[in-house]
Amino acid sequence: MSNIVLQVEDLHTSFFTRMGEVKAVDGVSFFVREGETLGIVGESGCGKTVTGLSILRLLPEPGGQIVGGKIIMEGKNLLELSKKHMRAYRGKMISMILQDPMTSLNPVYPVGDQIGESVRLHQDLPENMVEAEVISALRLLRIPAPEIRMKEYPFQLSGGMRQRAVGAIAMSCRPHLLIADEPTTALDATIQAQYIALFEDIQAKTNVAIIFITHDFGVISRICDRVGVMYAGKIVETAPTRDIFKAPKHPYTSALIHSVPRLDRKDDRLYSIEGQPPSLLFLPAGCRFCPRCTVALDICKEQEPPEVKISENHSVSCWRVK
Amino acid sequence: MQTITTAVKTKKQYRGVTRWGRIARNLGMILPVIIILGLVVIAIFANFLAPYAYDKIDMRARFAPPVWMEGGSSAHLLGTDALGRDVLSRMIWGGRVSLSVSLLVIFITAAIGTLMGITAGYLGGRIDSLLMRIVDIAMSFPGLLLAMLLSVGIGPGFHTVVIALSALGWAGYARLVRGEALRLRNSDFVAQARVIGASPWRIMLKHIFPNVLNPLIVIMTMAVGMMILAESGMSYLGIGIPPPMPSWGSMVADGRNFLDSAWWISLFPGICIGLVVLSGNFLGDWLRDKMDPRLRQL
Repeated sequence: MSNIVLQVEDLHTSFFTRMGEVKAVDGVSFFVREGETLGIVGESGCGKTVTGLSILRLLPEPGGQIVGGKIIMEGKNLLELSKKHMRAYRGKMISMILQDPMTSLNPVYPVGDQIGESVRLHQDLPENMVEAEVISALRLLRIPAPEIRMKEYPFQLSGGMRQRAVGAIAMSCRPHLLIADEPTTALDATIQAQYIALFEDIQAKTNVAIIFITHDFGVISRICDRVGVMYAGKIVETAPTRDIFKAPKHPYTSALIHSVPRLDRKDDRLYSIEGQPPSLLFLPAGCRFCPRCTVALDICKEQEPPEVKISENHSVSCWRVK
Repeated sequence: MQTITTAVKTKKQYRGVTRWGRIARNLGMILPVIIILGLVVIAIFANFLAPYAYDKIDMRARFAPPVWMEGGSSAHLLGTDALGRDVLSRMIWGGRVSLSVSLLVIFITAAIGTLMGITAGYLGGRIDSLLMRIVDIAMSFPGLLLAMLLSVGIGPGFHTVVIALSALGWAGYARLVRGEALRLRNSDFVAQARVIGASPWRIMLKHIFPNVLNPLIVIMTMAVGMMILAESGMSYLGIGIPPPMPSWGSMVADGRNFLDSAWWISLFPGICIGLVVLSGNFLGDWLRDKMDPRLRQL
């Protein structure tokens, strides 16, 4: 087994609003290994993005705050680092591709400068070496003619190119961990497939660990080695991708998989899960999925289910699973 | 072979078109730059260029008209004022005061305002509230009162005018820049800069500042005229540059009683003010177009 790059233990992140404390991430634990892709999947507002931002300690201020847990990288708890020390980790050790990469480029600088900025911030290199790094980052993202492209402004690039340029910024210092927050959502299906192939290629070349945040099970099946399913601030099931698709244990997971449209089956209506996720301000006492669950038991309403390990890599939080 | 010749031809044609096209398109830059630079150079070398001293009184030649009018003489090309002082000479000297005061004040106020605005807008929170209250105070404080207090306190003169105009003038810039910074703070590329580990200072300087430059420069060029007029207003009230040192503004004010008979006393310095203001505005437009990378290529 390869090394664990990042370990998150019992992470709690809350937003303090006038209405009260919103527990956006409520006790999440997971880890990623070198060269592995972990998918985090769930509905909008389940805390996927907040989990990603918590790792970088870049929560929206004011209001967002990490209230508990540990984020361990190279034996250090990132939550205990000073602000300055943490900045040295961002971009160098951990990178993130934000939700809308199309607008993540500063319109007043050529893309090469923006990739170079990250290199200059973290590596003390002479200027011609910085340029070489920029070109190699663009090559890594398979951008043709990098020497020309690096001098172009964001508006001169097509959407797909901009997306790759943002990827090149993220990969410019060869980070150990890349967090990709729904990078494929804004793309059409063919470009999406290309982009995912690109991720696989980058991972094969650099052995980077990837946390892939998405709501799309189709994307998960293509790229992820393991999947964590999130619901209302908690991870309800973690398993290798194949197991999740073959034998989902949590009713929420199976409902999610069931609601992916399929070409090999003729359904009149697309399946959807009844009801709404609970408000994070007023969480139910028992299992959070209970009000929408079709197979709920009595105990589900009263007590939160504990995490059960059903095999070495597969764990579930559900009263039905023993 | 054929393709090569075509390529060469188009390149030549392209060059030929752009030589004149470029000049025509950049007329909005070339003319204002020539005018402003010309006036600045004239102002710098005033002591060599002016045919008379600015305070040389010649009571025999009072109200002499410009040279091309009946009764005008080549001794006073643009005529003389109520005390027989040469209008051309005073205009040349007056440019010194008007241009240096306005340019200096604009740079001081824009620098302070930008610094305050970016800090307030980006850092937000209590710093923002504090700085913006100071801006409110600066904006509501009567500028004339401050100018009068200062001229009583430290005596009228060049410094007093610059300090008086700068002391409150930065507030407008601060408010404009703060609004822009507030908008940019939440933009994706600033989030991206945070992700790669840029420090707040770096983000303010490298990511926010270049993006507020466009509106800033437009406001700065518009301010040229306002500052010249503000200086003349102060001179008129006797709290500006003390006479006999002329400024364009004070010359216009001096001549206002004789507009029907000796209009040249006011008109020529007025034309200078107009030229500078207009040039500033044209230059601002041109710069705004050039600095937007989307328009640069066209």
